[in-house]
Amino acid sequence: MSEVDTKAHDEAEEKAYGFWLFLMSDAILFSLLFATYAIMVTATDNGPARTEIFGYWRTSANTALLLSSSLTMGLASIAISEARKSAAFQWIFVTMILALAFLVLEIQEFAGLVAQGAGPDRSGFLSAYFTLVGTHGAHVTVGLIWMAVLCLHLAMAPIGPAVQSATERLTMFWHLVGIVWIGIYSMVYLPGLYQ
Amino acid sequence: MSDVKRHKREVRNYLVGFGLAALLTIIPFAITAAGGLSRTLFDLEILLAAVVQVLVHLRYFLHIDLRHTPRENLLALGFTGVLMVLMIGGTLWIMGNLAARMMGT
Repeated sequence: MSEVDTKAHDEAEEKAYGFWLFLMSDAILFSLLFATYAIMVTATDNGPARTEIFGYWRTSANTALLLSSSLTMGLASIAISEARKSAAFQWIFVTMILALAFLVLEIQEFAGLVAQGAGPDRSGFLSAYFTLVGTHGAHVTVGLIWMAVLCLHLAMAPIGPAVQSATERLTMFWHLVGIVWIGIYSMVYLPGLYQ
Repeated sequence: MSDVKRHKREVRNYLVGFGLAALLTIIPFAITAAGGLSRTLFDLEILLAAVVQVLVHLRYFLHIDLRHTPRENLLALGFTGVLMVLMIGGTLWIMGNLAARMMGT
């Protein structure tokens, strides 16, 4: 490796470490939202309880979409690390479609709940639910915008170390979003759906 | 290692991770649909599948590896784990205790 390459490599590694620390603090934020939800889950104020408002198929679809998008994001990051542009576009495009479908389902779900009088202002339980799942949805939205920006970068210039290191961070971010979702369907949706 | 070989290894890594994650997702969803377990067993199964799947994601998607991942990254991950246990456990303990003492009011 030349000296320039080594320097770019060190910089990329430093940024990846800094970003890793951010992700860890993000994970702590989510763990507190989970703790809040666990405390509030029984505080329904005679409104809808968790056994009444979740849909099995919507939860399954959201889970399938997000898990598949983790795979396609990984394939995109491999393509970018090998500077294969068309494959990178393909996989990022698929990832964006999956993420968008996830968001559409989630917004539909939230709108449906609000319409039936189960909005975040109904009870402590619903406030905690909307805060936890909504914060995750906000992360998905940020990831989606980040992917769009990455596409612009890819379209404008050949794949270089800067785009590769940015992709590495985006991929880490996306995998964290996937890990948080495991917690959400395991701690929020499935226990609510189990009769 | 040749580029082709590395490419194959990286793709295989992701596919194996995806396969394991899919399996660990299908199990809790199937158990939820089937019903019949006691609540305690159900909770235990869900928790176990979730924890194992988080480990699968860390290993196969985030490429965390006890030998090759930089030590400071592992340290941050471990510290985060400790904080999570303290904060989630502490919250549940204190609030549960408070709820028990406030019973009937």
